[in-house]
Amino acid sequence: MAHVSASVYSSHVPAIGVAIDQGRTEEPYYAPLFAGYQPARDWIAKNTPDVVVLVFNDHANAFGLEMIPTFALGMSAAYEPADEGWGARPVPTVKGHPALSAHIAHSVIRDDFDLTLVNDVPVDHGCTVPLSIMFGQPEQWPCAVIPLFVNVVQYPVPSGKRCLELGKSIRRAVESFDEDLDVQIWGTGGMSHQLQGERAGLINQPWDNAFLDRMIDDPEGQAAVDHVEYVREAGSEGIELVMWLVARGAMADLAGGPAPAEVHRLYHVPASNTAVGQLVLEDAAHSRNA
Amino acid sequence: MGIEKPYLDIPGTTVFDTDQAAAGYHLNGFAKSLTKAENRERFKVDEDAYLDEWPMTEAQKQAVRDRDFNAMIALGGNIYYVSKVGATDGQNYVEIVSSMTENDAETHKQMMIDGGRSPEGNRYLHEWEGR
Repeated sequence: MAHVSASVYSSHVPAIGVAIDQGRTEEPYYAPLFAGYQPARDWIAKNTPDVVVLVFNDHANAFGLEMIPTFALGMSAAYEPADEGWGARPVPTVKGHPALSAHIAHSVIRDDFDLTLVNDVPVDHGCTVPLSIMFGQPEQWPCAVIPLFVNVVQYPVPSGKRCLELGKSIRRAVESFDEDLDVQIWGTGGMSHQLQGERAGLINQPWDNAFLDRMIDDPEGQAAVDHVEYVREAGSEGIELVMWLVARGAMADLAGGPAPAEVHRLYHVPASNTAVGQLVLEDAAHSRNA
Repeated sequence: MGIEKPYLDIPGTTVFDTDQAAAGYHLNGFAKSLTKAENRERFKVDEDAYLDEWPMTEAQKQAVRDRDFNAMIALGGNIYYVSKVGATDGQNYVEIVSSMTENDAETHKQMMIDGGRSPEGNRYLHEWEGR
């Protein structure tokens, strides 16, 4: 049977992708950030999964305002990097896992989550920057990726609680898939940042660090936090952090099992306009090191 | 009963809700069209002709011509959409974002390196009264 072995949490700042693409990771501005990423890169080199369910938001590239799915699951065999206005990133095509996508769709929709199922969609920096952060610049990504798009751009956006519950449902789906697959779930976006208005540039380090604490120890408590607190305290685009709760919901402790093991934690300010966070939590029930 | 909007008391911040999205539907549609290289080229060759292909208000078109991102957002734009106008101009996100603030790009970049804009005094509208 398939199993969820770990969850990874990561900001997906476009500028970090640009730094990797342009070979600028050793510049003084970026060197401390990439030194901070190295433990996660070392970890995933030893713990490369078969499939990543990658939770992120589209930034007006795959979806416009014609249709706004709250949760959209990629069903395709391949996803091309999006042209976001600067030209597409020079990164490999993202290869999907249609059989596991189909299984998750059947399981999660029958579990009362009204997913939208999508094909032939490009993936933007929200998906490809976390892959670059973890894997660098390979000729092909070393695992399959199932994109899960969450609307955090146009309000109303899903609650933290809804995101956490979706993660629990995805865990149940993965664990009922017959093929023996090592699956990780990644929650991306954040941390505090605001990209618009006269308040742009907001960063809230105490709030971000408390969020990281609660992602480890109190995800149910964090899931109860209202949207307006994210916007007020972590900036208008800080709302992306609710997507981390999807990944956290897929850990064993929220299904009555043991708490995950904290492998890695990083916090860095800034990358471009944004506070950067990263967490790696191994599932105590299923990690290779258990 | 109307839609509850507790986020309206946050200063210098526009939440992209359904009312904003309705006002900005064509502005954002125009901006998203700039994800295609051929559309970026057409826009650069003749901005007015390209803008006239979209049923936007004159104020929205002028905000685009002025590259006034605060005005675009006030008129229903969303940053992830309208930033594609900046992308077409070759701007990065620090340049686009800083243009909406009191700082130029270099000052903004340094502010971010120094830890960003503090939330202190920036949480509620009343804290900005008299600015």
